[in-house]
Amino acid sequence: MSNKLRVATCSLAGCFGCHMSLLDIDDKIIALADKVEFDRTPLTDIKRIGRCDLGLVEGGVCNAENVEVLREFRRHCTTLVAVGACAINGGIPALRNHYPLQACLDEAYLHGLGVEHPQIPNDPELPLLLNKVHPIHEVVRIDHFLPGCPPSAETIWTFLEALLSGQPVEFTYRQIHYD
Amino acid sequence: MVHEPRSSNTPVPPRGEGLLRSLVAEQYRAGFISAARIQALTAERGLTRAHIEGVIDFYSFLHLEDVGRFRILFSDNIIERMQGNRALAEHLCRRLGSPLGEVRADGRVSIDYTSCIGMSDQGPSLLVNGHAIPSLDVETLDRIASRVEANTPLTEWPQEWFEIPLNIRKKGLLLANEHGDGDAVNALLSSSPTAILAKLEGAGLRGRGGAGFATAAKWRLCRDAPVTQPNQRVVICNADEGEPGTFKDRVLLQGYAERLFDGMTLCAGVIGADRGIVYLRGEYRYLLAPLQASLERRRRAGLLGRRIGGRAGFDFEIEIELGAGAYICGEESSLIESLEGKRGNPRNRPPFPVTRGYLGRPTVINNVATFIAAAMIAAREEGWFRGEGTEQSSGSKLLSIAGDCDHPGVYEYPFGTPIDQILEACGARQTQAVQIAGAAGHLLPPAQFDRTIAFEDVATGGSFMIFNESRDLLEVVRNFADFFAHESCGFCTPCRVGTTLIQQNLTKIGDGRGSRWDLETLRRIGALMRNTSQCGLGATAPSAMFDLLDHFEVVDKRLHSDEFEPAFDLDAALQEARQATGRDDPGAHL
Amino acid sequence: MLKHFTLDGKRIPFAEGQTIMDAAMAAGEYIPHLCHNPEFAPHGSCRVCTVKLNGRRVAACTAPALDGAEVENDTDELRDERRTLLQLLFIEGNHICPACDKSGNCQLQALAYYCGMTAPEFTHRYPLRPLDASHPDFVIDFNRCILCELCVRASRDADGKSVFAIHGRGIQAHLAIDSPSGKLGDSKLHKEDRAASVCPVGAILPKHTGYAVPIGERLYDRKPISVAGDVSDHRKDSS
Ligand SMILES: Cc1cc2nc3c(=O)[nH]c(=O)nc-3n(C[C@H](O)[C@H](O)[C@H](O)COP(=O)(O)O)c2cc1C
Ligand code: SF4
Ligand code: SF4
Ligand code: SF4
Repeated sequence: MSNKLRVATCSLAGCFGCHMSLLDIDDKIIALADKVEFDRTPLTDIKRIGRCDLGLVEGGVCNAENVEVLREFRRHCTTLVAVGACAINGGIPALRNHYPLQACLDEAYLHGLGVEHPQIPNDPELPLLLNKVHPIHEVVRIDHFLPGCPPSAETIWTFLEALLSGQPVEFTYRQIHYD
Repeated sequence: MVHEPRSSNTPVPPRGEGLLRSLVAEQYRAGFISAARIQALTAERGLTRAHIEGVIDFYSFLHLEDVGRFRILFSDNIIERMQGNRALAEHLCRRLGSPLGEVRADGRVSIDYTSCIGMSDQGPSLLVNGHAIPSLDVETLDRIASRVEANTPLTEWPQEWFEIPLNIRKKGLLLANEHGDGDAVNALLSSSPTAILAKLEGAGLRGRGGAGFATAAKWRLCRDAPVTQPNQRVVICNADEGEPGTFKDRVLLQGYAERLFDGMTLCAGVIGADRGIVYLRGEYRYLLAPLQASLERRRRAGLLGRRIGGRAGFDFEIEIELGAGAYICGEESSLIESLEGKRGNPRNRPPFPVTRGYLGRPTVINNVATFIAAAMIAAREEGWFRGEGTEQSSGSKLLSIAGDCDHPGVYEYPFGTPIDQILEACGARQTQAVQIAGAAGHLLPPAQFDRTIAFEDVATGGSFMIFNESRDLLEVVRNFADFFAHESCGFCTPCRVGTTLIQQNLTKIGDGRGSRWDLETLRRIGALMRNTSQCGLGATAPSAMFDLLDHFEVVDKRLHSDEFEPAFDLDAALQEARQATGRDDPGAHL
Repeated sequence: MLKHFTLDGKRIPFAEGQTIMDAAMAAGEYIPHLCHNPEFAPHGSCRVCTVKLNGRRVAACTAPALDGAEVENDTDELRDERRTLLQLLFIEGNHICPACDKSGNCQLQALAYYCGMTAPEFTHRYPLRPLDASHPDFVIDFNRCILCELCVRASRDADGKSVFAIHGRGIQAHLAIDSPSGKLGDSKLHKEDRAASVCPVGAILPKHTGYAVPIGERLYDRKPISVAGDVSDHRKDSS
């Protein structure tokens, strides 16, 4: 039985940039490996999330599956964190909020450039899109926000250190940015 | 005196004065303000088109597009909701085949809701082309519908529909005493401005519009403010009475206008003013003609115009300006902005109107009831007014009582009267709560009914709304939240965005999707609005909501859970996609 | 004889007629603000400069300085309120910073950094607002307008043109343009106009200059706004 921090991560409507940033903490990843163990993440093969101390969520909520995954994370993680601009306010995917969903679908599947077999997919296997892209705090309770597109490795590290040591999370000026 | 900083107020536009009047007249004449008319106004007045459109956009009763030959607006105060206005509005929409909020395809009619029109003692009520019809029922609406279909001009509609009874239920110090047409002016002529000021001060008269500023002090500050020409000061009567549930000013304007004009003329003589303006809310258009007739009578009687009472240099005129549907214009500096041809945003203060008001001139603004009380005090012995009320709140208070009681109407009580005594007198039973001072005021539970009406206890501009145990107080407060979101001028961040967030959150709770988290949000936004809003609208908008959370249990009972609940209805948010894909399988729902 | 008030305990001299903001700026003290720009008449709409004057909240940009007064500015309580005000501005419009040319040079963003805002937290409105690229030199993106009315004031008072105005009321309030089509391209806005370079956020942006300075090296990436000052003081080097 380890007393390591058990961490799960996922990417909803995001670009994996935030995950890249997490890996970007260089040599600290070794220090990190001493202190945390990973549950479900895109980096492991674990498919179902178990009880976790920390959940890191990248990306906003754009479809029904995102909602389900996010709720799973909320149920299983003691602390849930919105990582990056998209999780925090929808980010680039939220640019589609300017258009009615029907118009987005028409453009993507019917009239857009290079469309070969125009048809809006209706396979029950595919998650349905929400009318709008939403930040994750509008769907579940969020405990912390790590801003940035992506948040810098330093920001993520500062956060993890604080969490591991039980200190309040405090960022320096340069660690908070939205771009 | 504090030296005034650089003015932060929008400069008076070149020929902005009278702009509102032109727009109101054009709207009344044509049913909208056309691009051609705006073009003409830009040329006449040297204002930009964007400025004029910005003014039009600000007022609920001005339109850039035709709103139909008959514009029918149902008053949507909570009291009138309780009286069934929604069912009646829907009935009329069906009868006329005119969807709510839209202009009927043939351009004949449009039907919509509007903020309280000051008739809640005789609701449900509506405005048709600006004229009020009270005490509505299905039969009246059917008859209205036939006239609309027959395209009968308003002047040929039965005039008794438009009659507004005064409904005065209890007369006190002001209403039970007589006052001759020129008594106050004569009192001034036979004494002096300083003697009158001393008398008002001795009487302890405080403003009746809500804030309770000492009237003598206000007049004195204005009198002492420098002017470049003699009598260049201005007297404005605030007859904008927009606070939901209030109608006592309407009753005074309808039944006691002579006293009001006597009080305004008194003020002019005391402070040295040659211009008077009554800013009459657009909803009271029906009072325009009688008020003008009354002014004309006074002119003929030598009580208005040049050489009032035969005194050389005592020249004073009163005009009436109609508002156009903007609650915020009851705030004194917004009212002045509105008169100057601008959007009705409140000004930064200092400077206060007493030193720089209308067109930069020192200006006294008082409520209708304040001028009337001043007139009557001036014409009577010392001590008369102080004979009633409390140490800090002398005299009497006119209350507009509406809601769950047998006898709604206007009641005049000495200040210091306890709420339960008033409830008993108007025939209220099983009262769950009273909302005092309008939407901006406080929602009091029975435990506080022993409190009294007074500036130092429960202060009010006059609104007194009663809710019995059958009422849903969450609906009450939601109605107020809708009102503020609609009436916020949009100038400052906390109120512009905060009123909308409060409305959203209360709707969420009302729809059964709320959680304890939403209460935190409500409190956080409410506190921010109280602390940082530019004017009284934003600062008082959350009051009733706080009372609801602090003194009543209804919200707790309506929470869906203690846990966080999503900000939006997740399943409903899949609706468009379900439609686009034709899916309805279990996976297509949340 | 000079009068004084104290700002968080520091003595600040002022002359008759100065506001708290004027005096603080002259003394090199920072009071957070968005709609204020000393070149123009104070406005008082963003409320971010709310301070406590002898315990009562006032907007520092419009409140006259008072002799002997105690002014609180940099307190946890006020910082918390400012952060909430900023959050309201973020959720009111559409601020997708990673897609905005102004990022790093934006006062709204910089203030939010300064106040330690990690997220807007409230429910986003995602309003549908247009973008107007009709002008040869400028794009106006209404999604990012915070209604500070600096362009309105600058165009009216400095340029004498009144190209901008506010339409709508309450949450519907929005910036409008004076031109026959309502488009910026048809308006009298000229490249050299003061109104063209006064916007504190990314709502009015010059064309053809995007991303000259890379993200991460811009004005407020380097220094906090309390040190760097307003973006319009850095017109030459910021874009
Ligand atoms: C949002 C708002 C609305 C107001 N509406 C009215 C009004 O309809 N009538 C009124 O007399 N005063 C109203 N007031 C108060 C006025 O600003 C002002 O204090 C009053 O007219 C002064 O007159 P008094 O001293 O006679 O009370 C309002 C204030 C606010 C903040
Ligand atoms: S508090 Fe509301 S009504 Fe008052 S100035 Fe601000 S936005 Fe306008
Ligand atoms: S204007 Fe400022 S806050 Fe808004 S998107 Fe651009 S950088 Fe971000
Ligand atoms: S465009 Fe810019 S300067 Fe103009 S009001 Fe909006 S935010 Fe302010």
